Amino acid sequence: MAVETFRTPMLVTAEEAERHAPGLERIWETPPGLWGWLTSVDHKSIGKRYLVTSIIFLILGGLEAAVMRLQLAQPGMHLLSPEAYAQLFTMHGVTMIFLYAFPVLSGFSNYLWPLLLGSRDMAFPRLNAFSYWMFLLAGIAMYVSFLTGRAPDNGWFNYVPYASRGFDPGVNIDAYALGMILLGVSTTVGAINFIVTLIRLRAPGMSLNRIPIIIWGTLTASLANLFAVPAVTLAFVLLWFDRSWGTHFFDSTGGGQPLLWQHLFWMFGHPWVYAIVLPAMGIVSDGLPVFCRRPLVGYSLVALATVSTMVLGFGVWVHHMFATGLPVTSLSFFSSASMVIVLPSAVAVFAWIATIWTGRPRFTTAFLFFAGFVLLFVIGGVSGFMTAAVPADWQLTHTYFVVAHLHYVIIGINVFAVVGGVYMWFPKMTGRFMNETLGKWSFWVMFIGFNIGFFPMHIVGLQGMPRRIYTYPADVGWGTMNLIITHGAYIFAVGVLLFLVNMVVSRIGGKRAGANPWGGGTLEWSVSSPPPPYNFKLIPIVARRHPLWEEELGEGQDRSSTNTRGFLLNHGRETLGTTMLDAEPDVILKMPEDSVMPLLLSLALTAFTTGLLLKLWLLFGIGGGVALLAGIAWLWPQRSLSQIER
Amino acid sequence: MRVVLLSTLLLGIPALAAAGTPLGIFSDSGHDAQEISRLIALFGGVSIAVVVLIALLLASSIWHRRPADTSGGRPQRDEGGLPWIYWGVGISAVVLLICMLFNLGTIAAVARTPDDAAITVQVTAHQWWWEVEYQDPDSHKDFLSANEIHIPAGEKVRILLSSADVIHSFWVPSLAGKMDVIPGQTNVTWVQADQPGTYRGECAVFCGAEHARMEFRVVAQTPKDFEAWKVHQLEDAPQPQDATTLRGRLAFESRCAACHTLRGSSAAGMAGPDLTHLMDRSTLAAGTLPNDMGHLADWIRNPQKQKPGTGMPKVPVSEADLAAIVAYLRTTH
Repeated sequence: MAVETFRTPMLVTAEEAERHAPGLERIWETPPGLWGWLTSVDHKSIGKRYLVTSIIFLILGGLEAAVMRLQLAQPGMHLLSPEAYAQLFTMHGVTMIFLYAFPVLSGFSNYLWPLLLGSRDMAFPRLNAFSYWMFLLAGIAMYVSFLTGRAPDNGWFNYVPYASRGFDPGVNIDAYALGMILLGVSTTVGAINFIVTLIRLRAPGMSLNRIPIIIWGTLTASLANLFAVPAVTLAFVLLWFDRSWGTHFFDSTGGGQPLLWQHLFWMFGHPWVYAIVLPAMGIVSDGLPVFCRRPLVGYSLVALATVSTMVLGFGVWVHHMFATGLPVTSLSFFSSASMVIVLPSAVAVFAWIATIWTGRPRFTTAFLFFAGFVLLFVIGGVSGFMTAAVPADWQLTHTYFVVAHLHYVIIGINVFAVVGGVYMWFPKMTGRFMNETLGKWSFWVMFIGFNIGFFPMHIVGLQGMPRRIYTYPADVGWGTMNLIITHGAYIFAVGVLLFLVNMVVSRIGGKRAGANPWGGGTLEWSVSSPPPPYNFKLIPIVARRHPLWEEELGEGQDRSSTNTRGFLLNHGRETLGTTMLDAEPDVILKMPEDSVMPLLLSLALTAFTTGLLLKLWLLFGIGGGVALLAGIAWLWPQRSLSQIER
Repeated sequence: MRVVLLSTLLLGIPALAAAGTPLGIFSDSGHDAQEISRLIALFGGVSIAVVVLIALLLASSIWHRRPADTSGGRPQRDEGGLPWIYWGVGISAVVLLICMLFNLGTIAAVARTPDDAAITVQVTAHQWWWEVEYQDPDSHKDFLSANEIHIPAGEKVRILLSSADVIHSFWVPSLAGKMDVIPGQTNVTWVQADQPGTYRGECAVFCGAEHARMEFRVVAQTPKDFEAWKVHQLEDAPQPQDATTLRGRLAFESRCAACHTLRGSSAAGMAGPDLTHLMDRSTLAAGTLPNDMGHLADWIRNPQKQKPGTGMPKVPVSEADLAAIVAYLRTTH
């Protein structure tokens, strides 16, 4: 974005704005066809791409799990070699945690943030497109390795020394390093985009205490990622040095420390797991009010709980390392911190229950997913609380008890919130409802299948079953539970399939939906379904947390003006910049046109990094050169962006 | 009250399921494991009670009776609900604090490695077997074994853990929590078995292809039996008594000595397990196969088929030599 400082925007009525609508359409629309799609910087298009791509990765990760569950259904099965199994469990984790769980939330946030905040786009539209392409290329890079039988095979946390060249000589781990570095770039620029958008692009009047909780969730995750992602990038760069250039950062025979990897990885990894749940919790915090027809109970407490969870989340990483022989005093500190972090989550749980209790629920599919989410959240939370106790963890860590815990929190919190969010916002994105009957079936099959599949994992963990084993003997008593788990997992998969089918058939022939099919109170429901390319004809002026509910809530005299009166900004692609705390109008922000540079730069950087990691120097050189040129072209000052003095 | 009873019942199910399984946590037979089982039972009980309570609250919040809706589905004012958060978080904080104190208490009970351990055993983890060394002040009385650790029952045993290659994890669920084995450092853990018996253990951190087949056994004996066992371990394997076993020893020295030690023969290789008293062990290949004649022959004939990726290569050996080697090894009591 760039700033135009010599013009005051016109404040006009809706009738006057109507006359300018076709012009706005022409200014903001993306030309049809492949080139338009490749060069678009429209946040709605990018958001939908993130959603579709992450769901494809969800399906791939699910297929990996389905094969593993066949292998584990009974003792001594030989469907898969140990190496094949190792690649499957590694790619399952990598796909779900990095290629699905965070990007799907980025997809929602990308699509919704400008609509929720009353803006025409994100702060940096081209950077937005770039973060998507980097994500896609990172995923492709990691899956190409799979197709060549050389996928990462050391678990998603990739402990050294097994990850070092001596024990894992193929390109498997190098592929993982490549993917994570590219993904790190994607996540970092995405985080910067969200933070600056929040600081500068809110509609006038949308002070910080009026933003929806999903904004708090994604904002918190973004700030955290800025600090956490460098740790994992560093870890992979040092690992690459050890593997390729003979250094000994992690190699004890050369004076290095295997535990250094674990510290760096988990300093990133723990905040990351909060990054993949806090925006999802925000979806529920914003969704339950819609279907309970009342504002969220304890908005300020929930916003504070979101931020404090993430802050505390930086102080608990050693709970992944309780069995490594670290001094007991330090373990006690991290154990206590891991228990204290239960409290902000408790704030959110009771806020949700209170909202339902004092509200009037409508049993839509979305509501069912949000309600089911609350129960699964608590089950996942308590198994985490159990493992937070150091001696308990000494029995439970590295077993299926932890697998149960992590799936209850990731599927229960992320997936259930995401699916509920899709049922809620699908009408906004496509102009059509999803089928409610199929929806309810998909909920019950998913909910029941999930619990049958994953609850017994607690038990088989207590029975001593470790993680990451490709088979187990017949005389340890794990066969019954594993068979139940496999059945449950497949039932859950059927539920997910019903959801996917529902999306496809509804996209094609679902019942038409208007601007506000659920009667929601926030700004995204004030524009058409799907929204026009410019989002808002008039930048709205906001007086409350729920601009569309002001008559009913009767909280005072001030009224927001959505669609009645607002700022008309139509001298090219423009939106309004406001001040940080109270969102008073400040500057006009000039937005860029569609551009191919984000795609070109990401392809070039991928070539550059691939060449570096695999020592293909021609690729490295070409990639670097093109990246430099693309970067220059991208940043070249443009008159239309007011980057050149008149 | 109903909540408490329901929780106890629900906790009983996993406990019943877990008890009686050889690698289960609640098969606790050692000091540490018992302390930890108590802690898990407390935390588990609290957890189940919380889940049941929240489920009931959630169900009530959805279905409790409400006055008739006169607003035609329109949203309503922000009426109360904050006390839910205050009470809920307040009670949670109190319960959490009590649990934290129990946690710290249990840490104190199990974390300190005692100074008065009766014996020390050195365990070195390899991909995918466990090397066990007993040291004595008189170094002539040191000896090596593999995959089975004998200890005196009722006494504290210190275990020093080293790794020959990657990270492994030493875990005997019925006796104690696990301790990772990390190259470049020596981690210390301790166990104490109350009663004589055999306690199964396993590797608990992914360490490569055959991580799934890296079991070991802890055999607790009465102090008298343990002393007798130690004396016996120091003896060499018996001399061959007939032509077959003599042929077997010669074949062993020729094909197997590069990696294995077998005192009583000239084999002194250090890459693989010490086989001097192989027949005293209940399994082969770290819990992969039972230790009987047929499985021993299968293992030697093609270890890669039994445990793909294992460190022992398929050494070409004629069937006659194989039978002789097996006959010789069967004398290593």
